[in-house]
Amino acid sequence: MALASVLNSDCGDFSFESTQPFPNRCGAGHSSQGFDATPGDGLSFFVKNSLSDTDDGVERKIEFLHGTTTLAFKFQHGVIVAVDSRATAGSYIASQTVKKVIEINPYLLGTMAGGAADCSFWERLLARQCRIYELRNKERISVAAASKLLANMVYQYKGMGLSMGTMVCGWDKRGPGLYYVDSEGNRVCGDLFAVGSGSMYAYGVMDSGLRQDLSVEEACELGRRAIYQATYRDAYSGGQVNLYHVHSEGWTRVSQDDVLVLHQQYKAQQ
Amino acid sequence: MEYLIGIQGPDFVLVAADNVAASSIIQMKHDYDKMFKLSEKILLLCVGEAGDTVQFAEYIQKNVQLYKMRNGYELSPSAAANFTRKNLAEYLRSRTPYHVNLLLAGYDDADGPSLFYMDYLSSLAKTPFAAHGYGAFLTLSILDRHYRPDLTREEAVDLLKMCIAELNRRFILNLPSFNVRVIDKEGIHDLEKISAGTKTDTN
Repeated sequence: MALASVLNSDCGDFSFESTQPFPNRCGAGHSSQGFDATPGDGLSFFVKNSLSDTDDGVERKIEFLHGTTTLAFKFQHGVIVAVDSRATAGSYIASQTVKKVIEINPYLLGTMAGGAADCSFWERLLARQCRIYELRNKERISVAAASKLLANMVYQYKGMGLSMGTMVCGWDKRGPGLYYVDSEGNRVCGDLFAVGSGSMYAYGVMDSGLRQDLSVEEACELGRRAIYQATYRDAYSGGQVNLYHVHSEGWTRVSQDDVLVLHQQYKAQQ
Repeated sequence: MEYLIGIQGPDFVLVAADNVAASSIIQMKHDYDKMFKLSEKILLLCVGEAGDTVQFAEYIQKNVQLYKMRNGYELSPSAAANFTRKNLAEYLRSRTPYHVNLLLAGYDDADGPSLFYMDYLSSLAKTPFAAHGYGAFLTLSILDRHYRPDLTREEAVDLLKMCIAELNRRFILNLPSFNVRVIDKEGIHDLEKISAGTKTDTN
């Protein structure tokens, strides 16, 4: 159910394979690291976990769909992209240092929410398609076209269990571009998006602070603060805030701040 | 959650759709356009499952344009509606049915204005007025009560505003604004967006 997946709760009704692996960093088999488990992998180093059985005998895998907070917004100097870096496997924090921004090419960024494998695979495929477009047409692909390519690719797999909520951000001849694309088939253009279990908290901070005439520093601080507030409230978001700025020359990595350090900073400012 | 409405007059069709693109409980976009221009005088309003709406509507749109390129003249609204319905019906019993609800509004130089209601089970009905969505439960009775076949454009817009006022009064979800368009023998015209704060004339 859509609401359950956004709130990353495991009351969704999913039917799964019979074993639950211990989370490990090797990524072997049914690794539940990252924000998704990929069923059907060839390797399988897993251990039967009786905790995953429920009383009625139906074994549920913990679906950590979209257990993250990512956001992006347009302003007069381009697009700010801010993401957290936590990966959870149920209530276990698998990693605090995940890179959730995928650098498609020097002027296009994609964010990652949902299944880590799904996001990075399809966005790498998108990078390949974008490069082919550039070679064929001798000009950079527009953000609209790149996002449409991605949306059409995943639409073919609709209903087959892909889990991907991504924002395609870039700068093209029409100026800053920001599209939200997901594995349900949504593709919308907009000025402001937040995706993931912490997205609602991020929306609150961003909507109340966003103005068109922000300077670059103010916009970065807004993005950083919004992710921090989301990590404060959402158990499935945390780690560091990775911040990128997309401008007419391409994207720049602005900063990486640990949310616990930010917490002390903001507290001191109060 | 989404709302579409169409009202046919003697020489025009008035259509409106809400502007919200939602994903579970979040409004991702407040100014989303749910109307697809099939040709100079045909609009397709499309709501339903994410992804299916845009993919199906764009598919129909491109095919209508292809017909025009191949044959030199455009499909009439009735032909376009039947083409759309046929496609929906074919996909209905396939592995990938499209879960979309549609209103097709058009003006034919020979037959005048027409409004077609289609749903995801590929039913098709030509009607003087129609609505889709939960909002339809609240507004169809208003249309039944106040609709007349000889409405002027202003009266039709007032009737539309009455329907939207009812949604704002009773519908649990907030639909802050609506795109409004009119199709007549001159083509498709954009009217002023109707927002939550718009004053309505209740007759």
